[in-house]
Amino acid sequence: MVSPIVGVRVSTVRISVTVDGQRYESDVEPRQLLVHHLRDGLGRVGTPIGCDTSNCGACTVLLDGHSVKSCAVLAVQADGHSITTVQGLANGTWHPVQQAFHEEHGLQCGFCTPGMMLAAVDLLAENPDPSDAEIREGLEGNLCRCTGYQNIVKAVQAAAAAINAQKTGAAQ
Amino acid sequence: MTETSVTETSVTETIDATAKLVGQPRKRKEDARLVTGETMWTDNIQLPGMLYMSILRSPMAHAKIDRVDTSRALEMPGVVAVYTGADLAGLGIPCVWPVTDDMVAPTFPVLAIDEVRFAGDAVAVVVADSRYRAADALEGIDVDYSPLPPVLDMTKALAEGADLVHSDKGTNKCYYWEFTGGDYAASAAKATAEGGRIFKRRYIQQRLIPNAMEPRAVVCAPMAATGEITLWSATQIPHVVRVLLALVTGIPEHKIRVIAPDVGGGFGSKLDLYREEVIASVVAGKLGRPIKWTESRSEGYQATIHGRDQIQDIEIACTADGTLLGLKVDLVANMGAYLQIITPGIPLLGAFMYNSIYKFETLHFGCTGVFTNTTPTDAYRGAGRPEATYAIERIMDDLAAELGVDPLDLRAKNWIKHEEFPYTTIAGLEYDSGNYEAATARATELFDYAGLRAEQASRRASNDPVQLGIGVSTFTEMCGLAPSRILSALKYVAGGWESSTVRVLPTGKAEVVTGTSPHGQGHATAWSQIAADALGIPFEDIEVIHGDTKMAPNGMDTYGSRSLVVGGIAVLHAAERVVEKARKIAAHQLECDPADLDFEAGVFKVRGVPGAEKAIQAVAFEAFTAHDLPDGVEPTLAADSTLDPNQFSYPHGTHLCAVDLDTETGSVKIRKYVAVDDIGNVVNPMIVEGQVHGGIAQGIAQALYEEAVYDAEGNLVTGTMVDYLVPSAADLPTLTTDRTVTPATTNELGVKGVGEAGTIASTPAVVNAVVDALRPLGVDDVRMPCSPQNVWRAIQAAGANGSDGGQS
Repeated sequence: MVSPIVGVRVSTVRISVTVDGQRYESDVEPRQLLVHHLRDGLGRVGTPIGCDTSNCGACTVLLDGHSVKSCAVLAVQADGHSITTVQGLANGTWHPVQQAFHEEHGLQCGFCTPGMMLAAVDLLAENPDPSDAEIREGLEGNLCRCTGYQNIVKAVQAAAAAINAQKTGAAQ
Repeated sequence: MTETSVTETSVTETIDATAKLVGQPRKRKEDARLVTGETMWTDNIQLPGMLYMSILRSPMAHAKIDRVDTSRALEMPGVVAVYTGADLAGLGIPCVWPVTDDMVAPTFPVLAIDEVRFAGDAVAVVVADSRYRAADALEGIDVDYSPLPPVLDMTKALAEGADLVHSDKGTNKCYYWEFTGGDYAASAAKATAEGGRIFKRRYIQQRLIPNAMEPRAVVCAPMAATGEITLWSATQIPHVVRVLLALVTGIPEHKIRVIAPDVGGGFGSKLDLYREEVIASVVAGKLGRPIKWTESRSEGYQATIHGRDQIQDIEIACTADGTLLGLKVDLVANMGAYLQIITPGIPLLGAFMYNSIYKFETLHFGCTGVFTNTTPTDAYRGAGRPEATYAIERIMDDLAAELGVDPLDLRAKNWIKHEEFPYTTIAGLEYDSGNYEAATARATELFDYAGLRAEQASRRASNDPVQLGIGVSTFTEMCGLAPSRILSALKYVAGGWESSTVRVLPTGKAEVVTGTSPHGQGHATAWSQIAADALGIPFEDIEVIHGDTKMAPNGMDTYGSRSLVVGGIAVLHAAERVVEKARKIAAHQLECDPADLDFEAGVFKVRGVPGAEKAIQAVAFEAFTAHDLPDGVEPTLAADSTLDPNQFSYPHGTHLCAVDLDTETGSVKIRKYVAVDDIGNVVNPMIVEGQVHGGIAQGIAQALYEEAVYDAEGNLVTGTMVDYLVPSAADLPTLTTDRTVTPATTNELGVKGVGEAGTIASTPAVVNAVVDALRPLGVDDVRMPCSPQNVWRAIQAAGANGSDGGQS
């Protein structure tokens, strides 16, 4: 049956969030999740949603440089903060983590990849030279069903080496 | 049949720029969009005026629906429409695999009409102007239920006087299907007469949830003026969905376009026509507006198919020295509450694989399908073949223990020797090629089998509380689904062919249209490699088009490790036909006989006349202008191939697993895992290795971690990702993988397929290792998943039974 009513009034809150370097002014429902704001509100659909219990990590983004599951953050909590999604990871050239996932075949279907890469970026910022076990522990909050993780671990190792080489090069 | 080519190669994976592309680990074309987030998942699609659909689902496993009142929901903010079962009556999901003439196939309505039959059964649909308000309005639908007794246990469901899932059918039995090769009773009699054994085991295949990372999603855009609809769906089978949608909805097939855009994994769970695809198509048409539905993960755990869930009784008749004579298998397979499109056929896909690589004289296979008040089952990675491999490889290890022989020796005694190929098995399949000796030799070497056995003996002797277990799995599988005549014999209503069109465009770039529908497998890369070699056109100049019934109209899609073996060969054939057409044009313009042209690296050269040559790209332009074509040759440079395979293909391999098992806590840690697979020739070893890794991970997950659990009322208690353990990186080991290469003789590329191999092989390897660790304690089975609790309970039960284990 079709409803006789058209339209709806919604109470909203004004927020300002910088996403991948661009500041967005928006009115959002207080209950809206950050990931829905990114996807449905701002059209930044590179960040996917894989679960509803904050287990899978597919929606991981960086909030002021630290990885968060954007399904576990309200859009209003991001007010005044800076978000980096997969779509903002490259800076002219691919980020070493993006390059490494490609080179080491660290992705198959690619659905977990945005979150996996952003979690890896945060992991490497905290631990620039992780062991395989530390990578596995560090990415525990991000699930992949295709790769068995082996090439993801290799990719993160390769990215760590590339980032460390960049730093060494910059220091000289 | 020529002698089987056998090489024992350890694979080195480097790029040789001058070599053929087939066989090289080319980096994937797919990655650029996926690593930058320029993706087109179905849920990404936003259309003007789009509405959102949500579905009210039954909180009860089995109940009468007394009343559905939607009036409050219709008044709620943003709600555009609400539909119930009565509104969509007559629409249902068909089963396309009636495995027997008398199979019970209940009507499967898209919305429950008078009775709900599983927790999560669809009851009503809300359409609203936002994702959130569509979800809110579910609270505004009032449903009165009268509970009915839930039917959950398969054995009880088959008993006389059982409560019924479908009361109008008078039985919970869906079908009984039988297959025999020779007379098993004769083998059993022979075994008994000659002092051999009848060895019986029961294994349980627990229910699994597939967990593709992308939840299912559907977007439907109607066009009222023309009656067309475009359906985007997170599906593995856009072509099959189109046909079935036409049959179910009555929307003419030529007015339906189905697109599988980027699809985030499937593993069989997106190999279906689902209720939501039908509902969205019909409701979008009713409202004249685009509609989106995306399942939440927890919703998907109830609304998307489950896998496995079988009771396996298996029996081997053998001589006193362990020579296998006969095999008897009786399955009870859980269908769930309804039949999805191929639900009843899944266990039967394993029917021909229980005998595996072994030379049995006789085979008896029987399977009873049974309805319960649970989510329907259907294909999950391997689909019937992992179950078969699990049972046969478990019983081979158990039988070896019973006989007091090494499980590898028992296998070697009974497997098909490499010089015996081609070999027709007792199940009637002709295995074209294989070399079980080579794969096993390589695996035992990488594993240090002898060294680990020695360590195991010393740890057993010292009563180490952490025991070492070693598990073996020497598997084969039937891939390349499927020869259409065999599907016909199995009463499957469709064919198993695959299609391709290859076009060389006027500027020399090429398009490869394929009917396969990848969702992570890397077809764009692999098909480009095949076409690049055949056409002599650079890899980068080739675009692969798939997953859209308007752009790739013919196809049977992607499942059953079929894409390369069937679809990849179709690509090769189409490309070869393009070259043959180009050869005629080139010969005409070079004024020679077509037979006098050599074709090398994309250039036709007149043999013996240096400099008289024409590149295929130039020929493509000539074919486009059509100014100077030979008589009888039509303009444009393109060709089609639709390939129906003659045979299945038979990848095989040897997987070895070592576990450290803490007998005090029940915890299991995989210490070493070696997989040597023989999938024939390889198009892209990097992609192959990835498929093997992921497959093994899913098989380990079944062995150690995962189970879908219903409580006594039929509630899915593993109803969220919090409760269902999908393993993370921290839960899985680093794998050692290698390959031997015994090319298939049934296709030109010598390929066999790899998508399911790891999953099929690994579950028994791991569980065999767990049981092997515990044999000194008197344990001969551990129920999957081998969680610390299940392992600990098995140890306690063995102790209680008065075993001489000593350590518990």
